[in-house]
Amino acid sequence: MNLTLKVWRQKNAQDQGSFATYAVRDISPDMSFLEMMDVLNEQLIAQGVESVVFDHDCREGICGMCSMFINGEAHGPDRGVTTCQLHMRKFKDGDTITVEPWRAKAFPVVRDLMVDRSAFDRIIQAGGYVSVNTMGNLPDANATPIEKHDADAAFDAATCIGCGACVATCKNASAMLFVSAKVSQFALLPQGQVEAADRVRNMVHQMDLEGFGNCTNTGACEVECPKGISIENIARMNREYLKASITA
Amino acid sequence: MSSKLNSRIPEGPIAEKWTKHKGTIPLVSPANKRRIDVIVVGTGLAGSSAAASLAELGYNVKAFCFQDSPRRAHSIAAQGGINAAKNYQNDGDSVFRLFYDTVKGGDYRSREANVHRLAEVSSSIIDQCVAQGVPFARDYGGLLDNRSFGGVQVSRTFYAKGQTGQQLLLGAYSALERQVAKGRVKMYARHEMVDLVVVDGKARGIIARNLVTGELERHSAHAVIIASGGYGNVFYLSTNAMGSNVTAAWKAHKKGAFFANPCFTQIHPTCIPVSGESQSKLTLMSESLRNDGRIWVPAELEDAKAIREGRLKPTDLPEEKRDYYLERRYPAFGNLVPRDVASRAAKERCDAGYGVNKTGEAVYLDFSAAIMRYGKEQANLKGMPNASEAEIRALGTKVVESKYGNLFQMYEKITDENPYVTPMKIYPAVHYTMGGLWVDYNLMSTVPGLFVAGEANFSDHGANRLGASALMQGLADGYFVLPYTVGTFLADDIRTGPISTDLPEFVEAEKAARARFEGFLKAKGSTPVEVFHRRLGKIVWDKIGMARNEAGLKTAIAEIRALREEFYRDVKVLGGMFEMNPELDKANRVADFMELAELMALDALTREESCGGHFREEYQSEDGEALRQDDAFAFVSAWEFTDNDPGKATLHKEDLVFENVKLVTRSYK
Ligand SMILES: Cc1cc2nc3c(=O)[nH]c(=O)nc-3n(C[C@H](O)[C@H](O)[C@H](O)COP(=O)(O)OP(=O)(O)OC[C@H]3O[C@@H](n4cnc5c(N)ncnc54)[C@H](O)[C@@H]3O)c2cc1C
Ligand code: SF4
Ligand code: FES
Repeated sequence: MNLTLKVWRQKNAQDQGSFATYAVRDISPDMSFLEMMDVLNEQLIAQGVESVVFDHDCREGICGMCSMFINGEAHGPDRGVTTCQLHMRKFKDGDTITVEPWRAKAFPVVRDLMVDRSAFDRIIQAGGYVSVNTMGNLPDANATPIEKHDADAAFDAATCIGCGACVATCKNASAMLFVSAKVSQFALLPQGQVEAADRVRNMVHQMDLEGFGNCTNTGACEVECPKGISIENIARMNREYLKASITA
Repeated sequence: MSSKLNSRIPEGPIAEKWTKHKGTIPLVSPANKRRIDVIVVGTGLAGSSAAASLAELGYNVKAFCFQDSPRRAHSIAAQGGINAAKNYQNDGDSVFRLFYDTVKGGDYRSREANVHRLAEVSSSIIDQCVAQGVPFARDYGGLLDNRSFGGVQVSRTFYAKGQTGQQLLLGAYSALERQVAKGRVKMYARHEMVDLVVVDGKARGIIARNLVTGELERHSAHAVIIASGGYGNVFYLSTNAMGSNVTAAWKAHKKGAFFANPCFTQIHPTCIPVSGESQSKLTLMSESLRNDGRIWVPAELEDAKAIREGRLKPTDLPEEKRDYYLERRYPAFGNLVPRDVASRAAKERCDAGYGVNKTGEAVYLDFSAAIMRYGKEQANLKGMPNASEAEIRALGTKVVESKYGNLFQMYEKITDENPYVTPMKIYPAVHYTMGGLWVDYNLMSTVPGLFVAGEANFSDHGANRLGASALMQGLADGYFVLPYTVGTFLADDIRTGPISTDLPEFVEAEKAARARFEGFLKAKGSTPVEVFHRRLGKIVWDKIGMARNEAGLKTAIAEIRALREEFYRDVKVLGGMFEMNPELDKANRVADFMELAELMALDALTREESCGGHFREEYQSEDGEALRQDDAFAFVSAWEFTDNDPGKATLHKEDLVFENVKLVTRSYK
């Protein structure tokens, strides 16, 4: 199929940036969206135009690098997938496709479609861990049984890939879904209990410092999250936060 | 044994070596550790765990990765699981059995002492991860669940659905970020090591390119740890992440670190086949699928042709016209033969013309028998003795969905075909590299002060890696081996003081790196980097892939040398040096792959035997099975970079001594 692409081009963080329009031809429906972008880039290089910069690595939906806002939707029109897992069969011959970077104050553009998501790392630094050093003589892994239901729920929360689609989608650019997924993982496990109060307080504090917006419960994040992280996690985090404030 | 290789295997019985050795390593006091800097290149499982553990001990750590965050390393993509000799299932597992299985699985080309240590520390890895809050799968009693994986006879694999690598990496990442918060680790994301700096014969730093600004930076330390992953992307198409590369390891090789067994690469049998020219990577379908799927191709060439041309559907082909070739050739193990055996058998059928997709390079992985079997079980359980075929199928489909639902969904997303109804198509793809930088028992390379961990070293898997053992090795190296063994080198550095980055060795290395990058930009040729990479991959896949022979390897060497020459002359890289420029970074990586590829061919040519993932067509039995030559080739090939030419590398041999495992021919018949 033949497509028209309107792609955001921005040289660096200081640059204003603007859309550029390109045509690509003979795109196979079996290609992934990023392979289509590869075709565009090879074509641009041939024309002497610098290629479009975007983040990507695993190309199988797990590393969380890829991050394109396609036709107004984080990771594009398909559900439950990342940009790298989106296939061109979701589009029609003759379509015009708009491709933008994540837009949020806390995610400044690095170049073109690539943004800086180091704010997420700093939120994890604030408390997204259990304080245990590497030791050869820890209790046996089976010393504390964990109810399967809780273990499974902790796992579900822990599958967040840190892509930032939730932030990009949210009209307030809130990071609540991301933060609550990590808080929930530990809240559901006995290992997480000791530091629970400090963890939620510090992570929420860091989230605010980074300039993410407030959560107004629109639920848009849950819809666009490629990993199906549920907004129940936000409710759980709010309860944890309340608990922490009472005990403080 | 070459005089330049000292494997430093401790004396004594195998089960006591590690404990005794640990006891003799000189200790560095906490106050002194604060005066010692360590660079860790790579923050996958091996690098993150090493960086976090060393920082906890008190060393000053600088860690580097090329992604925007350490959480995104390629380890994140591992699906299946991690082995440990816990014997929770009481099925007779033990440290010795895990050790034995690993040495045998590696086709007797690994070092016994290292493998035994790996098996010894495996239990602690699981304890450590659980303490960190890694949500492994559990049973209804709340205890950890295990599965059997990769054709071994015990259930020792711990897992977190199909996302074990992700959960383990996030565990190591959180430990790392905790140290970043404390200021014990300084993290350099979006930084790529482009050279190693050696001062007075010791590894004392690196040159790194800041990928955002393009600046070349000098970083010094008392020791350098490389944990930069494997080099599977030398094949262009592989299951590795797009950015995975050999540059850190290769640059270290050029500065004196020997490269071991480069021709030992693993081809995984169950990947989604190539669909078209612009394909950028291949996707793995977990090995666990072989527990329930049956692999077949049509028995007759005519039918295969009809299927390829779309005139015939696989579901219309009756049983007697199908060739379940693994079950036919290997009745004892059937569809569960090890990876190398399954991969070669698929290639053999497709080469003979029985492939089932447009490209002729695909075989079927069929779940219909499993669906009916499970369906009947369920019907019996539910008291439905007269269930119709459709009802049985529906019940069975549910069971298969509960086991493999996420994989089936992934398959359908990519191929647009429903694997519950029509058999999956699969084909082998490059997955893992057993070869890597040579290290001694302390994981130190031939450059003093340069340590290597994880997939980047050659250490534990011999000529073939067993499933679920790479995650184990990465975390063993990082959490439980390096934190001790770096002491063997660093104990002498207590009084050295900070290493200056103004030393001539740093200045020189930076200058050379700059010249290299400028060279790519100045070539102003006509061909994009990607095209060269694709062409290189085709040579490597065709001639240094699943089956190799002397003539093919010699042609490969000539072709690679010609391609390299063309590359430097005709590569087209736009943009500048001091800005973000992924094309320029790619050129630098592909340049190194082109040198490595030649060394792989040379290594494969020298190794006149078939073992594990290395299959030389000249060395096979009458019925096509691999023939090892233990008398002449029970050694590790360690290559020394010589005369500034990868093709002139000097071979050093580390003889392998087997005192605890008897060498036998692997048989899966
Ligand atoms: C699809 C897939 C599934 C797998 N499943 C399993 C499984 O189920 N069980 C199992 O045991 N194994 C599995 N493996 C293998 C296993 O995942 C890897 O061998 C292992 O994760 C490698 O870990 P690592 O830490 O050595 O390297 P990686 O995780 O590859 O990390 C490399 C690190 O080095 C950095 N780096 C690289 N080059 C540079 C440079 N020049 N400068 C700076 N930084 C650099 C990267 O940024 C990254 O941080 C799988 C592999 C694949 C491809
Ligand atoms: S919660 Fe979902 S959308 Fe947000 S970062 Fe995690 S995976 Fe991405
Ligand atoms: S590239 Fe890794 S999730 Fe898309």
